[in-house]
Amino acid sequence: MGKTWNNRAWLMVLPVMALVAFNAIIPLMTVVNYSVQDTFGNNIFFFEGVKWYEALLASERFHAALVRQFAFTFTILLIEIPLGVAIALAMPRRGAWVSVCLVLMALPLLIPWNVVGAMWNIFALPDIGLLGYGLNALGIDYNFTQQPVSAWFTVILMDVWHWTSLVVLLAYAGLSSIPDAYYQAAKIDSASRWAVFRHIQLPKMKRVLTIAVLLRFMDSFMIYTEPFVLTGGGPGNATTLLSIDLVKAALGEFNLGIAAAMSIIYFLMTLLFCWVFYTLMMRGEEQ
Amino acid sequence: MRRVKWLVPTLYIVFLMLPIYWLLNMSFKTTNEILGGFSMWPSDFTLDSYREILTNPVWYNGYLSSITYVVINTVLSVAVALPAAYAFSRYRFLGDKHLFFWLLTNRMAPPAVFALPFLQLYSEIGLFDTHIAVALAHCLFNIPLAVWILEGFMSGVPKEIDETAYIDGYSFPKFFVKIFMPLIASGIGVTAFFCFMFSWVEMLLAKTLTSVAAKPIAAVMTRTASTSGYELGLLAAAGVLTIIPGAIVIYFVRNYIAKGFALGRV
Repeated sequence: MGKTWNNRAWLMVLPVMALVAFNAIIPLMTVVNYSVQDTFGNNIFFFEGVKWYEALLASERFHAALVRQFAFTFTILLIEIPLGVAIALAMPRRGAWVSVCLVLMALPLLIPWNVVGAMWNIFALPDIGLLGYGLNALGIDYNFTQQPVSAWFTVILMDVWHWTSLVVLLAYAGLSSIPDAYYQAAKIDSASRWAVFRHIQLPKMKRVLTIAVLLRFMDSFMIYTEPFVLTGGGPGNATTLLSIDLVKAALGEFNLGIAAAMSIIYFLMTLLFCWVFYTLMMRGEEQ
Repeated sequence: MRRVKWLVPTLYIVFLMLPIYWLLNMSFKTTNEILGGFSMWPSDFTLDSYREILTNPVWYNGYLSSITYVVINTVLSVAVALPAAYAFSRYRFLGDKHLFFWLLTNRMAPPAVFALPFLQLYSEIGLFDTHIAVALAHCLFNIPLAVWILEGFMSGVPKEIDETAYIDGYSFPKFFVKIFMPLIASGIGVTAFFCFMFSWVEMLLAKTLTSVAAKPIAAVMTRTASTSGYELGLLAAAGVLTIIPGAIVIYFVRNYIAKGFALGRV
């Protein structure tokens, strides 16, 4: 579809621009300012150049948080995407149950994030929680407030619980757009189940799956509230992901310089992912 | 084979419901019974926690605050995103692609990065601890999302409809409200749903930007937890009540969920 060249369209975009710029640019400049300055208190700041960036890039703590962040993000992607696609494939195509299934599945998506954390906390407590008590009753030594492995298991299971439905719904939307005629043609050709998936269903889901992977990638990269409420980043620093570390440095230790430098690096990373996302999506659209 | 197929979504839904059941179970117990030990259902069934929340203004004002800023944010986001999405779907203009990309980057910005600067910004302009502040702050990620979804739905409407309307003598505002908006009504519904959802579940910014007057329910929950010991029953009941608005909203858009998640362009 050809679009008309019209610079007056800017007027329609202006309100959006103004609101988002107010929220994005002013705070970002504040962060940039902090990241190159130091203070002895009393709101007197002096220029420090890239000192904080150097300190940060050399810091073990930052490396560790970054490694944990990537480990977390890739683990949940490896679980949620295949699981979500499998569930979407097993869902009935039509009928009264579809609506019921979709409503129940969408439920975790609309629970406030701190409630998700609190809910999983009481669900996983070893003495009174169903999950914790159940696992211990099965003879598995499980205590997420003490053991790093249990804490990781719980944080990942919580994220799978919270977000797999998003993948299911996206994949299901892709599948619903396949006309019945495709399946009939496949039946006439007596195509195998795998061939149907590989040549009909997967190509149709490609666009929504790109969206799913990248949304999950980015949202899990900035995750804060749920693991913070669940484990507080512990035991020790075992589940301190990037955002948790950042808030700890900024609000907990008032280490504004380091926190700001970290914000900038963090932001540049998300910018890079966003660019990859955008190019992938646009390329998909042109086809 | 048939039976296995039916089993997968069922097991998944059971898995989804377990923590929710546990929260419900806790909410009907007294704190003493909860701390007393493990039990699958409340032996001493009580509605005290719910009674406390629905009669204590500190608690129910938290819900009213949350709902107020979520509604302001949803209306604002959809209202400004409509013309912008139209511009992106129909016209080419100077810097349009860069602008669209820049908007999307804000959807990806980690709230943790913005928490402290937002606190300073909104204190500076005197909006700290108001519903408006939270509603405006949530625009950061909801407006880009709204523009993105609406643009998808609008691009699905053939351009000939616009042109015919102009030939028939419709002015732009009249065409937009009378003809175009009804055509993308389901898209507007889906967009509003997403704005509601993301504003309702976001708590880091909402908590940072408020202290007393506009305190969201989440902040009430954490502060109560730290001041009055650990009232687990009360916390569980408050948690259950935060699920309800979301459930109601899902019920209304249930027929659009599958399509809406495809963001309009499948």
